Amino acid sequence: MSQVEQNVHPGMNLGYSGDTKHAEVNVFGFWLFLMSDLVTFGIVFAVFGTMTGATAGGPGPEEVTNLHSIALQTALLLGSSFGFSWASLSMKYHDERWRTLGWLAIAATSALGFLVIEFIDFLHWIEIGAVPQRSGYLSALWALVGLHGLHVTAGLLWMGTITAQILRFGLTDKVKSRVTRMGLYWHFLDVVWVGIFSMVFLAGVA
Amino acid sequence: MNIFGRLHWDDLKLWEVFHDFSIDSLVASGAAWGAVFAFVALIGWITYLGRWGWLYREWLTTVDHKKIGIMYMIMGFVMFARGIAEGVAMRSHQATALDGGVLSAYHYAELFSTHGTIMIFFVAMPFINGFINYLVPLQIGSRDMAFPMLNQISLALTATGAALCMISLVVGAFETGGWTAYPPFTSAAFDPGPGPDYWVWAIAISGFGSTFSGINYSVTIYKMRAPGMKFMFMPVFTWTALCTGILMTFALPPLTVAAIMQALDRYLDFHFFTNDLGGNMMNYANLFWMFGHPEVYILILPAYGIFSELVSTFGAKRIYGYTSLVIATMSIAVLSFMVWLHHFFTMGNSATVNVAFGIATGLIAIPTGVKVYVWMTTLWRGRIRFTVPIVYMAGFLILFTIGGFSGIILANPSINWQVHNTQFVVAHFHNVLLPGLLFGTLAGVHIWFPKAFGFRLDERAGKITAMLWIVGFCLTFLPLYVVGLMGYPRRSAAFDDPAFVPYMIVCVIGAFILLTAFAGLFATLYISIRNRDRLAVPLGDPWDGRTLEWATPSPPPPWNFPVIPEVVSRDAFAKEKSEGRPYVLPPEYRDIHLPPPTAAGLVIFLATTAFGFAMTWYMWWLAILSVVVVIGWLVMRSFREHEEVVIPAVEVRRVNNAWIEAIQLGKGVNRDHETSSANRGYAASDYLKEGA
Repeated sequence: MSQVEQNVHPGMNLGYSGDTKHAEVNVFGFWLFLMSDLVTFGIVFAVFGTMTGATAGGPGPEEVTNLHSIALQTALLLGSSFGFSWASLSMKYHDERWRTLGWLAIAATSALGFLVIEFIDFLHWIEIGAVPQRSGYLSALWALVGLHGLHVTAGLLWMGTITAQILRFGLTDKVKSRVTRMGLYWHFLDVVWVGIFSMVFLAGVA
Repeated sequence: MNIFGRLHWDDLKLWEVFHDFSIDSLVASGAAWGAVFAFVALIGWITYLGRWGWLYREWLTTVDHKKIGIMYMIMGFVMFARGIAEGVAMRSHQATALDGGVLSAYHYAELFSTHGTIMIFFVAMPFINGFINYLVPLQIGSRDMAFPMLNQISLALTATGAALCMISLVVGAFETGGWTAYPPFTSAAFDPGPGPDYWVWAIAISGFGSTFSGINYSVTIYKMRAPGMKFMFMPVFTWTALCTGILMTFALPPLTVAAIMQALDRYLDFHFFTNDLGGNMMNYANLFWMFGHPEVYILILPAYGIFSELVSTFGAKRIYGYTSLVIATMSIAVLSFMVWLHHFFTMGNSATVNVAFGIATGLIAIPTGVKVYVWMTTLWRGRIRFTVPIVYMAGFLILFTIGGFSGIILANPSINWQVHNTQFVVAHFHNVLLPGLLFGTLAGVHIWFPKAFGFRLDERAGKITAMLWIVGFCLTFLPLYVVGLMGYPRRSAAFDDPAFVPYMIVCVIGAFILLTAFAGLFATLYISIRNRDRLAVPLGDPWDGRTLEWATPSPPPPWNFPVIPEVVSRDAFAKEKSEGRPYVLPPEYRDIHLPPPTAAGLVIFLATTAFGFAMTWYMWWLAILSVVVVIGWLVMRSFREHEEVVIPAVEVRRVNNAWIEAIQLGKGVNRDHETSSANRGYAASDYLKEGA
């Protein structure tokens, strides 16, 4: 395979065939899905923006923000994204299933760590009475952070499925195409998280 | 815990009339019994015909875009029957509504809520989805949608929403806050009952389906066009489908988010839209109309596309001002996102905000006006044949322009302050949706029915029906402008001004004419099926069509085209005809690979319907089970390797050669005789002279 062909679809190396074309269609469709999902997040962000003052005497941004925890969560989620990048690159340049699976495992563990710490934060919020039923502000906070957490959870389920598929089928064209789409999703969630920590947590205590 | 949640025997509407007899309960129970009987009769009929296996293999598991399109249309017409019946019930009530009325206020509120919800989400949306599904792959020279299985799943999710609305007719009640379901009126504090929950799940679940459809349409048009088909070669309908696809991708998420936030308020006691603890119902109004206004254009743009194809086909000219039509379509799609606030001019915005949105709203009239002129100039000096689609077109051009003008009136905030929430608004949106979307749909059915089923619809019955629609529309909705200006509020179950009565009588007469027109559709269909041999057009081009879908037999084979066509110009088929080389045998045939049938849609339909029903009635175990089924099934399925359906080259050759041979034996029919039985779908084109 020439260098040019290798670079046609970064991370996939599917070669020229009918399948290549359909892989392109799939990835483009997935981009559109992500754009649509970004609108969803944008809407929830906007609702949060209008409700930052609606604390109704309940806990506000100062009470719910623990910057140490947020820093750790950010590091873990960005680390997970970084791990996934290496999984994509190893798929592209080495085409060895164990190497790819190793990086995927790192990405998954890191994301799991993110979820655990987020969960501990949630427990703390419940402890101090910062439950979504308390005020419009807290409803919006839980919905936004929760929606992101739900996306990460779904992503982990997806990553588990892909791992099983790599074990079962190896790095076939179809599986590679799925890893590529999963990568888009995973980095997208990172971008959304950057929005959450800067607009919800940093801006909340600034 | 009760396994039936909060569902109780008494929630069945069927018994209501026996407990407490009145006209009101008779209407409610009668409708419930009617729905149950229709359902049982349908099941019995299919069983009697022994068609379950056929139904499963040929329709319920198919991923063929043409069959999915047809199923969307059938769903639309079934739900249309209910929507019309509700409309007639409301008008009958209004005719007696001076200081009262035959129905209870609660029942009337349920009627306008279900009527609006069903007409928008489960009649209008299936209609446009039906057309886009059927036509786009054929018009762009593709074998199918980009994602055939996702297409089937979208249909299933829409069907779930429709099913939940139908279930609410029999079990429990629907909400009473209109199709917009504004909280806090639909919040748990005001209405703890099942009605708003039915709405929430019907809308949220079908909303996901529409988002997926939008993605599918956009990707199909971007990526699956036949070689040579540049964007500016695409048929106008495909252009409108592309804009609709983009709008659906971006406009549906606000609705889904709003519906789910409403669910969080109702189920988990959140405070997004409540009256207390920081809730803000204006957020709901904004979210809903951020979806709601683009939605209007999601519905009307494909109808514009149909009218554009119609004028050039039945005017026998290429479309005048193709480029401006495309630009106008795109402009409308962009502007549609900038106007949503005009739905609440009176809810306390600053004058500056109102002016900005008023101007943006008025601006939409410009591209729409461009379109009207383009259609008129296309018809100008064309060789128009006065067929059924042209009758609808004539009604559309005049009535839709009136509706558009009333929209410009409403776009002015200061006038809007006077007429908002009156029947004037009701008149306006029916005035654009009926002549626009509905006439477009019915005209489109007349144009493409022969493509889908191989025979034309009866012209005479079709014309009578079209006239009934036009007259019925005028009588039912134009008087509402007058009573609206006189101050009759909308959604009001009763009024106290005797001056409204004569208008309401005219309205109810019109409503019954519309009901007759609806029956006329079935009469047309019945007459046409009976005479289908005389009306048959198997050769595929009954109207001397211009775009690629007419270059196939009727009905087209599952693979659409034996070889993917090469496109060199706009109006690709007209170009071939003008150059005297249509219907050429391809030099070689290849095996064709098609996606395999799948039960995905069926599984997802059953599971999500169970989910919506379970959530409405608090049967948590069933809700969890159905979510597990959906996720588990999708994960399991991703492990299965699917064999493609392979159509061998010899089979493609056999089918295609037989068709070409039939054309060579056939005699071309001049368009003056295209409504006669001599029309077998082989048009004697005179594009040669015109030079297309």
